[in-house]
Amino acid sequence: MLKNFFPNKILSISNKFITSLATLMIFIVFIGLIYALFISPPDYIQGDSVRIMYVHVPSSFISLGCFAFIGVASIVNLIFKIKFMPLMAKSLAPVGCIFTLVSIVTGSLWGKPTWGTWWVWDARLTSMTILFCFYIAYIFTWKFIDHFEKANKISSVIAIIGMFNLPVIKYSVDWWSTLHQPSSITLTSVPTIHYTMLVPLSIMLFGMVIYSLIIFLMGYKTEVMKFKLHKKKNHK
Amino acid sequence: MLTKKVKSRIFILILSFLSVAVIIFILRSLDENVVYFFSPTEIYNKPNISLNEKIRVGGLVKEGSTNKNENTINFIITDLKNEIFVSYSGLLPNLFSEGKGVIAEGKLKDKKYFVADTILAKHDENYMPPEVSEALDKFN
Repeated sequence: MLKNFFPNKILSISNKFITSLATLMIFIVFIGLIYALFISPPDYIQGDSVRIMYVHVPSSFISLGCFAFIGVASIVNLIFKIKFMPLMAKSLAPVGCIFTLVSIVTGSLWGKPTWGTWWVWDARLTSMTILFCFYIAYIFTWKFIDHFEKANKISSVIAIIGMFNLPVIKYSVDWWSTLHQPSSITLTSVPTIHYTMLVPLSIMLFGMVIYSLIIFLMGYKTEVMKFKLHKKKNHK
Repeated sequence: MLTKKVKSRIFILILSFLSVAVIIFILRSLDENVVYFFSPTEIYNKPNISLNEKIRVGGLVKEGSTNKNENTINFIITDLKNEIFVSYSGLLPNLFSEGKGVIAEGKLKDKKYFVADTILAKHDENYMPPEVSEALDKFN
């Protein structure tokens, strides 16, 4: 499985494969949106604003998942010095960063009609903002430090520090009293979301994960090419 | 001039400033703001509570306790053990209703009386269509 992400393998991934992934993604997101916006029922209290959740929750999942991957890749990278690990982490960062922003903005849009406020500094919202700061710091390190090894080290340290924030985000709603509601979907108990709402949520999650995969593959391919060019230049 | 080395030094400097700022921010928020609101029981059990400081009280709006006068709305926040009487004048969020979660921001007059200047509605983790909710109500 991991072998497919080796630099030489990734370059042989054809644009055809990415295009067919994109077609699949558009198809799934189209069905998901129709389900989320028209077929699924309004909520018994929130009414139609529950439909924001179908974008908000997958975005949050993806933003946490991407950072978890970046963190693990950074640890592996610092210990084993595997060349393609930082390239993978680097190309995943913008995806996670954008979805963090999407999650914050859609949450804010949902908060106004539901809570009566756009924004509060409770534990969940604050820790999510901190995640966004870590993404920005991580991306900027790669952008502004030209020396590869140096950028690699600093960004890895940033990612590892930022990883401590992930359980804080996940459990903030359980550890402290927050305005944000606790998780509806947990591993240990039955979801407290009715299945008519769980179905579009799952479809949207699936579609958005494929979208992230496409963006990641395109970015990763470019990073590998850049890396190889750079190496060639240094040899001369 | 801005050579690459100078640029990267400036960047590292900015980055370390930023990270220090973020850490201070985290520590500060851990200090006092992590608990976004207190329950009536927590307020009841607190030995010395300031009456001048702005705090937030959260819980359920007690059934049958809302009472609207001309401009002010009075209701009771309960956590099913202790209760706090809340007085508020202003607009209520749409989702404010009896039996549902609420957070009031304001100052305590005493341990049983709270004057709010902001009311936020708290949503719980349950999502369902109206028909299911009605069916559940009937069942109960």
